[in-house]
Amino acid sequence: MFDWLNPVKGFGVTFHTMFKKVDTVKYPEVKRPTMPRFHGRHQLNRWPDGLEKCIGCELCAWACPADAIYVEGFDNTEDERFSPGERYGRVYQINYLRCILCGLCIEACPTRALTMTNEYELADDNRESLIWTKEQLLAPLAEGMEAPPHAMRLGETEQDYYRRGATPTATGRDSEGTR
Amino acid sequence: MGIEEQLPSGVLLTTVEKIVGYARKSSVWPATFGLACCAIELMAAGGPKYDLAQWGMERASATPRQADLMIVAGRLSQKMAPVLRQIYDQMVEPKWVISMGVCASSGGMFNNYAIVQGVDHVVPVDIYLPGCPPRPEMLLDSIVKLHDKIYNTKLGAHRRAQIEEIEAQRMRTLPLIDDHGALR
Repeated sequence: MFDWLNPVKGFGVTFHTMFKKVDTVKYPEVKRPTMPRFHGRHQLNRWPDGLEKCIGCELCAWACPADAIYVEGFDNTEDERFSPGERYGRVYQINYLRCILCGLCIEACPTRALTMTNEYELADDNRESLIWTKEQLLAPLAEGMEAPPHAMRLGETEQDYYRRGATPTATGRDSEGTR
Repeated sequence: MGIEEQLPSGVLLTTVEKIVGYARKSSVWPATFGLACCAIELMAAGGPKYDLAQWGMERASATPRQADLMIVAGRLSQKMAPVLRQIYDQMVEPKWVISMGVCASSGGMFNNYAIVQGVDHVVPVDIYLPGCPPRPEMLLDSIVKLHDKIYNTKLGAHRRAQIEEIEAQRMRTLPLIDDHGALR
């Protein structure tokens, strides 16, 4: 009987929507934070004294299903020390044109040198700048850190270093922000 | 393309460049080339939450002849490659390409005989967008970067000088790995 009212009802829905809260996020101006464990770009972490955590073992490169990671390890010497222990990653590159941000490299990393940040704005207009090198991936130096190469500040031996580096010290937290 | 290419370089050309750049970037119509899972994120970007319409891009062109931008979303198989090229050729100048996702950019994890290892083997790519699949914000970010590129594109004599400069810059690029020989 009131079928002729149906089109009017339709306009009613349209009218009602005008008073609803807008769902749109104006992206470039408003950036909502991601979930805390979102897989963004990688970061190479440091110990609290600034030495690199990466030991150049290449396990991340082996774990990578897309072959996106390239690592060259090299020996530490007493004069030139980049990480505690024997070796460090001299060349470290992640090809973001290959990386699928799956996080298997993070699971493979034995020293938690490699973790992921929440940063996702990676697009670029050429292939070269999407291969991130070690300088770009390394965490910035926090307070109390000194740029390597320098001697181990957290202990005489490696065992000592790892034990003290893993507990809260006066020097503060490592670049991962966990300790 | 037209009369703007014939202008002599100078203040007039610079002004025309700015107007043309602004007009071009303000409503880029995408010829969506959804090939795989990235297309789902692409559709999400067109939805109300991310809202491609804020840049006049909500009209996903079903015909390549009325499109300016090709978003290659997903892995491109060898069999699909000629189709992609044909769609690209049918688009009118000026046209741009976003390679969305790692599979389109470089083959990603599909390093095999069936997948083209990067759509830049087939079409010239303007913006590479990593991620597997990239979240809609990442796509919006790449579109913002493309807008910047479109806006700063020069015309006529300036464009030729710009191409010279970019080519010279590319030739100076150093490899990322030092080659010390096989045994070091």
